[in-house]
Amino acid sequence: MNFVTPEIAWAPLLPIMIVLGAAAVGVLVESFVKSPHLRRVTQLWLSGAALIVAGVAIVAQWMALDGSAGTEVMATKITVDGQSLVWQLMLVIFGFLSVLLFASRTSAGEESFTALGSVPPGSVEEKLARRAGLKVTEVFPLALFAVGGMMLFTCITDLIFLFVALELFSLPLYILVALARRRRLLSQEAALKYFLLGAFSSAFYLFGAALIYGATTQTDMASIGIAVNVIGDKDGILLTGAVMVLVGLMFKIGAAPFHSWVPDVYQGSPTPVTAFMGAATKAAATAALVRVMYLAFAPLEWELSWMFWAVAIVSMAVGTVLALVQTDIKRMLAYSAVAHAGFILVAFAGLEQQAISALPFYLLTYGLATIGAFAIITQVRERSAEGGAGAEAVRLGQWAGLAKRSPALATAMALFLLSFAGIPLTAGFIGKFEVFSAAVAGGGWPLVLIAVIASAVAAFFYVRLIVLMFFTDIPEGAEDTVVVEQEPLSRTVIYVTAAATLILGIVPAGVLTVMEDAAVFLVSGS
Amino acid sequence: MFPFLTVLIAVPAVGAALLWALPQGARGKAREIALGVTLLVAVLFVAMAAQFDKADAGAFQFEQTTSWIPQIGASWAVGVNGIGLLMIALAVILVPLAIMAGWREEKDENRRRHYLALILLSQAFMIGIFAARDVFLFYVLFEAMLVPLYFLIGGFGGAQRRYAAVKFLLYSLVGGLIMLVAVVALYFVGPGGDQGFLIDNLTGLEMSATTERLLFLGFFIAFAIKAPMVPLHTWLPTVAEEARPGTTALLVAVLDKIGTFGMLALCLVMFPNASQWAAPVIIVLAVISVIYGALLAIGQKNMMRLVAFTSVSHFGVMILGIFAFQQTSVEGAALYMFNHGLSTAALFFLVGFLIERTGSADLADYGGLQKVIPVFAGSFLIVGMSAAALPGLSPFVSEIMVFVGAYPVAKAAVIVSAISVVLAALYILLTYKKVFTGPTLPGSEKTREMTLREKLVVWPLIVAMLILGFVPGLAIDYVRQPAADTVAHVTIEEANA
Repeated sequence: MNFVTPEIAWAPLLPIMIVLGAAAVGVLVESFVKSPHLRRVTQLWLSGAALIVAGVAIVAQWMALDGSAGTEVMATKITVDGQSLVWQLMLVIFGFLSVLLFASRTSAGEESFTALGSVPPGSVEEKLARRAGLKVTEVFPLALFAVGGMMLFTCITDLIFLFVALELFSLPLYILVALARRRRLLSQEAALKYFLLGAFSSAFYLFGAALIYGATTQTDMASIGIAVNVIGDKDGILLTGAVMVLVGLMFKIGAAPFHSWVPDVYQGSPTPVTAFMGAATKAAATAALVRVMYLAFAPLEWELSWMFWAVAIVSMAVGTVLALVQTDIKRMLAYSAVAHAGFILVAFAGLEQQAISALPFYLLTYGLATIGAFAIITQVRERSAEGGAGAEAVRLGQWAGLAKRSPALATAMALFLLSFAGIPLTAGFIGKFEVFSAAVAGGGWPLVLIAVIASAVAAFFYVRLIVLMFFTDIPEGAEDTVVVEQEPLSRTVIYVTAAATLILGIVPAGVLTVMEDAAVFLVSGS
Repeated sequence: MFPFLTVLIAVPAVGAALLWALPQGARGKAREIALGVTLLVAVLFVAMAAQFDKADAGAFQFEQTTSWIPQIGASWAVGVNGIGLLMIALAVILVPLAIMAGWREEKDENRRRHYLALILLSQAFMIGIFAARDVFLFYVLFEAMLVPLYFLIGGFGGAQRRYAAVKFLLYSLVGGLIMLVAVVALYFVGPGGDQGFLIDNLTGLEMSATTERLLFLGFFIAFAIKAPMVPLHTWLPTVAEEARPGTTALLVAVLDKIGTFGMLALCLVMFPNASQWAAPVIIVLAVISVIYGALLAIGQKNMMRLVAFTSVSHFGVMILGIFAFQQTSVEGAALYMFNHGLSTAALFFLVGFLIERTGSADLADYGGLQKVIPVFAGSFLIVGMSAAALPGLSPFVSEIMVFVGAYPVAKAAVIVSAISVVLAALYILLTYKKVFTGPTLPGSEKTREMTLREKLVVWPLIVAMLILGFVPGLAIDYVRQPAADTVAHVTIEEANA
């Protein structure tokens, strides 16, 4: 076999290269800028600027598309089309908002991240590091690597390349999860779990891809799609492979029964990282799932539909029921994320064209509300012994009477919860409507009915938190136990996401048009 | 053409935003501002009603259709026929009265401001729902309205108000979400496209009987929960007991009408065959509501619950009228929706005033007040008798129209329902007897007589009921044609089928 150098059209990859390049520069900054303060400021500006420039570059490419489907960067492997541009822009926005959260500090000057990642929790070294004012600022380049990997993930049309991008964005996340400043043990445990289960699911994915190669002798999605049409849909190896590939992707989405990492990781991660993962990982994984399903496995729609139905139903059931009994707000939102993974999968019923535009919109609304909600969690804190802001107040009981402490935050949180619940005039409703509509178009109305019942149950625990915040008095003697922070960066994120949630709920037409225009894939050879 | 309906929806919404944005110093004036906003709405409404072409009351007037979310097929489409106009009138009249009725309820000026802002927001939603000519818009407002109501019930009222609010929300949400499935599916049954949700585009559709029935049920269940029809009514007494009288008055008098309005304006129009198909069962349930509600009302110890159960009974009469598909019965039902609003709101306001005086809604805490507050007692008796459909007061006209109209097609149902007239006299008179006659309870000798503000709230409603009781034609003119159109629609479909 001759090795042929692949021809790569680099230009469409510019946004991804900007992000990954900035990440590389960020690593250099880590080594050469000694002052922790200066390093933090440099990293913040660097990553913020990189993401903005990348965003501008994506928009420019979108404008330049001008009716064409997109550009093939590397034959059959990487394609930058309208669909991937929309996802990329979404990821850049999520990344930017998360970076702002990464940089926010409490009024006591405390960051979300540990002072020295490599030391064991509670050790003398940790105390010394904290006293010495050390800072972990590599979180910024790590986040950029993750964003870059996810962006790449959305433009790949080859199962093996997809695996590489999957690992590219997963590895930085494993590290980020472990870096919480408070509750270090929980955080490290979460990282280990995430890593082990992530590796396990990657293995599933890879095995599946190998089986598909065995059945079709192809690794790129379009060719697999063609081959499936030729060899028929009854091939056991092919089907097993497809199911295993889907398991790997559904793991990243956090759908049940592949969700066991979700609650622990959401709870254990530093909250800004939870926000980032909750929004961005789900979006990237959904983007890949859409591409794989529509390009490679569309002929297998009927054979695979049982899997989508089953996983969707189980996710919605597990997510909503277990969220009901949570007492930790991060865990509650984690189970709600599992339920939302179920709603996402509902859209795949029948593989309608409409789902390709419905899903990016749904993920956009969901991601904005997720980042906003977790940003609020970073602002509600226990009062420390010194009287300043301590650890985050994550027990639900501590949120009682929040509307009295901070009407603005409580209102914003209520808005995000209503959006999760899919109440009209919030973005979440339009998202749900689009997804349900796609499913009904594909003949999945029984599934939609189940989703609707799950929504009603889910509304119960969202509303319970609203009751706590608005209608429950602050418990006697607990007046001084919780402080609400006023950190400007987090506030900005909260207000921006809240405004977006409202605007996308009332006048979504413009964004929906973009999503519809983007609902085309560039298929190699076509 | 001035976009009256859009402005009518926008003004209270802007008013609510204004109240929330009030600077620190001006917050004491929230009541005056809120009342001013509702009066502005009233003036606008009068200007609109003056231009309404009564001769063509069946047609939708002041129509305005703008593209809203074309990708989904949703438009901002508003318009009213005679029935819609009456319903909006109800919202326009009762909201300022509710604000006046609760003038002194709240001492904390911040909480008062929030309460009033939420009331204004609900008014915007109410007007919007009655004006909506697009199923998607209707659904959005129908569901979004739950949010201000939820906060109104859960934030202001009795000790168990949180429980009541959650109960209300979950009931409504389950109904609404089932309706959502029907809304989504309806689009695919219809012609689709940018305006696929316009009600006009969704009438007279060809669809299989099963599809039509399922869609009908999706909508009907949501409306039956809202209208409270037995067995989906259990949220209402709880809410009535816990929420403020003003909230409850608006909820029962206006918002619950969305249920019957939806049946009339959506179910019958879009799913005529399925409506025919379901009518027997619905009529049976309606009759059960009529009798069961009345019987439970007699047994209540709490006056708010009592009035709530009388409404369950009255809503049964309306639903009976609607699903009898007769010109007179549908006319009567539509008229009853309006008259019942006046009558029940007045009753809730009066009970609220009593509670304001003694702090109790329990019948056992009252007795012999007639001698102490004769004017109040007299007002209560008149309003009470209107609820019992006494001739001379407007609810009588509408109730008799329903019964007479429905009799030819549903004899047994009408005969059984007519018992409720006797039961109604019983629950009203028993209540009156307990509260106002007999020996005055010790401690209540100094009970305050009806104040000017209270008279201003209740007496206009009494006057309106008297006028419409003696000259019912004033209102019937608005409902005759729409009722005729609806009935024709249902029966023509039947002839075709």
